[in-house]
Amino acid sequence: MFGSGIIRGLGITLKRTVTTFTDDFKKVPSRYINSIDTPAGKVLQQPPEVQGLFTIQYPEEKRQLPENFRFIPMLVYEEDTGKQRCTACGICSKVCPSQCIWIVRDQTKEGKPIPSPKEFYIDASICMSCGLCAEFCPFDSIKMNHDYEMAVYDRFPSLILDLEELSVPTSYYAALYPQAWEEEQEAKRIKEERKRARAKKAAEAKAKKAAAAKAKGEAGAKAAAKPRPKPKARPKTEEKDEGEEK
Amino acid sequence: MAEETVAVKSLPYADAVPGAVLDADEFGIIVNRDKLVDFALYLRNEEGFDYLSSLQAVDYLGYPGRTAADRFEVVYHLFNTKKGGDGIVLKVRLPEDDPELPSVILVWPGADLQEREAWDLFGIKFKGHPRLRRILLWEGFHGHPMRKDWKEAYYEADHKPFKSRWPEGQYRWSEDRAPWGDNVNYPHGWDPAKFTPPAPPLPKIHERPTPEGGEKIETDVIVVNMGPQHPSTHGVFRMIAALDGETVVGLEPEMGYLHRNHEKIGERNTWIMNIPFTDRLDYLSSMSNNFGYVLAVEKMLGEKAVPPERAEYLRVIMAELTRIQNHLWTIGFLLNDLGAFYTPALYTIEERELILDLFEAVSGSRMMCNYMRFGGVRRDVTDDWLKTARDLVFNRLPRKVDEFDRYLTESEILMERTIGVGYLSPEDAIATSMSGPMIRGSGVPYDVRKARPYSIYDRFDWDIVTNDGCDVYARYLVRLGEVRQSIRIVQQALDQLPEGPIMNKKPAYSFRVPKGDAYAAVEAPKGELGFYLVSDGSDNPWRYHVRAPSYININALEHMSIGYKVADLIIILGAIDIVLGETDR
Repeated sequence: MFGSGIIRGLGITLKRTVTTFTDDFKKVPSRYINSIDTPAGKVLQQPPEVQGLFTIQYPEEKRQLPENFRFIPMLVYEEDTGKQRCTACGICSKVCPSQCIWIVRDQTKEGKPIPSPKEFYIDASICMSCGLCAEFCPFDSIKMNHDYEMAVYDRFPSLILDLEELSVPTSYYAALYPQAWEEEQEAKRIKEERKRARAKKAAEAKAKKAAAAKAKGEAGAKAAAKPRPKPKARPKTEEKDEGEEK
Repeated sequence: MAEETVAVKSLPYADAVPGAVLDADEFGIIVNRDKLVDFALYLRNEEGFDYLSSLQAVDYLGYPGRTAADRFEVVYHLFNTKKGGDGIVLKVRLPEDDPELPSVILVWPGADLQEREAWDLFGIKFKGHPRLRRILLWEGFHGHPMRKDWKEAYYEADHKPFKSRWPEGQYRWSEDRAPWGDNVNYPHGWDPAKFTPPAPPLPKIHERPTPEGGEKIETDVIVVNMGPQHPSTHGVFRMIAALDGETVVGLEPEMGYLHRNHEKIGERNTWIMNIPFTDRLDYLSSMSNNFGYVLAVEKMLGEKAVPPERAEYLRVIMAELTRIQNHLWTIGFLLNDLGAFYTPALYTIEERELILDLFEAVSGSRMMCNYMRFGGVRRDVTDDWLKTARDLVFNRLPRKVDEFDRYLTESEILMERTIGVGYLSPEDAIATSMSGPMIRGSGVPYDVRKARPYSIYDRFDWDIVTNDGCDVYARYLVRLGEVRQSIRIVQQALDQLPEGPIMNKKPAYSFRVPKGDAYAAVEAPKGELGFYLVSDGSDNPWRYHVRAPSYININALEHMSIGYKVADLIIILGAIDIVLGETDR
C-alpha cells in the first residue's frame, strides 16, 4: 500500500512520544539517573540508558564534566607554602599552537634568573583549548581548568588572563582532578620512599665505613705497642742452585 | 652516449612516451612538462591509473638544493582503482619566471578544482583549463598566499615558537602590528577610489530542456544566489544557480568563505602543533583528521614511530566511532534538507551525543579531540569507558540504527524525492575523483581501508558497502550500511583490545623529521582524506597539504545537478556531505 513506509515511520515517532511521557512520569526519569543535587541545581551524567527527554535544562541543570575536560589553562600553586609550581621554563609557551602564552621570567637584582614567573599571560580569546601545555609541563604546574562560564563584554583586557587570575590552589586542582591527584601523590610517595631508602643505605654505608676505620685505627694502635717479628733469613744453598741452572 | 641511453632506460615508463620521464627517485617520477598530457594519457589508458587522487603545488624557494629554475613543483598522486596497489607519484618542476604547464583536466576531470586552487594559492598557470580562476580567495585578491615570499598581515616570524613569548613575554596585541588593525595586505599604490570590483562569477549556461509538444515560450534564465548564508548549504557555501523556471541550467559553486590558509599556518607550526589544527578541518570528525596527519608523519619518521598494539586498536575504535557519529549526522541533515524539520535529525543527533560523551571522557573535548600522537595516542581508556562503550556499541546503537532503518528507508517521501536524483555514473565518479560514500553509492567498491590498507583494518571482518543506484537514495543507503559495518568493527576491536602501552616512547614536543615527502590517506567519513607533507629535515613542515574530500567531491556538483529542480539541488548537496572547514581549509 502506498504510504505504509510513512505510517511505519509515524509509528516510531508515536512510540517515542509516548516513551517521553511515561519516562517523565517515573519517580526518577531516565535522564536523571546518577545525577547529583547541588544548591545551584542538578548536575546530570547524561547516562547511556536515557530515553525520552534528552535535553539538559542549562543553566538550571548542568552536566558533569569528565576529569579530562579541557578549557582554559590554570596554574597550580602549593596551598601550604603559597609557592607557584611554575619555574618559567617556557615549554608550555613553546608548544602552544596558537602561541597565546607569554611568560616573563623572574630575576634577582643582579640579573641572575630565578625559576619562577614574574609575569604570565594567557590570551584566552586565542587559546585553542588543545591541552598541549598541560601535557608537556614537566612540573605539573599548568593544568586545564574546567570553568567554561567566562563570558565578558570585551576581549582586551578582560580575556588576557594574568598570573593572579590563572593561579589556583592545589586543593582546587585535587578536587577537579581526583584521579590525577591520586597518581601524583602516589608518585611523590614512591619517590620519597626511594629517597629515604637511598639515604638510609648511604648512612648505613657511612656508619660501617666509620666503624671499620675506627677498628683499624684501634688495631694499628695495638700493633704499634707490640714489636714486629724480624723476617727469617733464607738458606744460602738455594741461591747457588738457581745461579748454576742459568 | 651509450651510458646516457642506458641510464634513461632504467627509469620507469621511460620508453612508453619518449622524453616524458626525466628522473625518478623514491619519492616520485619527475616528468617533463611538455610531455605531461601524453604521459598522463598513456598512464590512464594503458596502465590503468584512472583515479587522480591528489594534485598539489609546492614552493621550494629557500629549500637547500633548489634554485630559481625549479622553484615550483606540481605533484600528482595517481591510483589504479581496478588493480589497487600503492599508486604512483608524478612531479613536474617549473621555473620561477615561467610557472606554466598543461592542464590534465581532459585526462582526469577531477583536476578541475585542484588546478584552480594551485593557481589561486601559488600562481601556477594551467594551459588548457577552461576557466582558470580563483576559488578560495576572492577575485580581486592581490598575490598568491602560499608562496614562501608572501607574508600575512600579522606576520611575526617564519616558524613557531616565536621568540617574543618567552622569556621576554610582554603581551602585545597582534592587531597593533598591522597598520589599520585589520588582517589585510593592501598592494603597493592601491587606491580605493580607483578600484573597480571584478565581475561576479556567473555560471556556464547549459542547454535548456525543451518541453515536448506545444509552443516553446521564450523565457529568461534567472541567476539565483543560494548564498553563503543559507540554512541548508551545510556551512558558508555559495551556489550561483542559473534557473529556467525551476530547472537548474547552470551552477557555479563558490567557496572560500571559511578559508583560513590552514596550509600556511601548517608551515609555520611545528609538527606536533599541527595536530590540534587538523581537528578544525572536518570539525565533525576530528579523530579521522588526526589519524591521517599522524599516519603521514609516521611514514616519514619510519621505524622510530611505530605505535604499539593497544594504540593501534584504540585508534581504530576512535576512527570508527567517528564514522558512526558523522554518518548519523549526515543522515539526519539529509532528512532535514528534505523538509522533515529536525525530527529525524534530532533522533540521530541524540545517538551522536552519547558517542561524543565517550570522546570527551577520553580526550577532553567532544569535537576538537587532539587525541592521536606520533607513535600512539594521548591517553589510555579506563575500564569505565570501556564499559560504557561496550554498552553503547553492543546494545544501544544496533537497536537505534535498526529503528532509523525502519523509520526512514521505506518512507515514500524519502524515496520519491531521492530516487533518481543526482545521477552520477561510475565512470564519471572515478574520473572526477569522487571518494567515500559518493563513489560507493555509484557502485565502485573503492574504500581506502581496503584498497590502500593502513593501520590494522585487515585484522577485522567487515564489508565494503556499495549500492548501484548512483543517486541520492543510494548514497543514503551506503551511509546507513557503513554505520552498521563500523559498529561491527568497533565490536571486534573492543573484544580484541590488548593490554600494553599506548605510546612507543615518551612524547617529545620538538623533534626533527628526516628530509623527504610522504602522502598518507585515510578513509575519513566524507571520503579519502589525504595529507601530503614535505620535510626539509627541520622541526617545521616545509609543505603541508590537505587533500580534502569535501573539496574534491564538489567537482561533480555541477554535472550532477543540471536538469534537476532547485529543491533537488539542495538534496544533492546534502548527499555529497560537505563540511566547509575541510572544503576551504
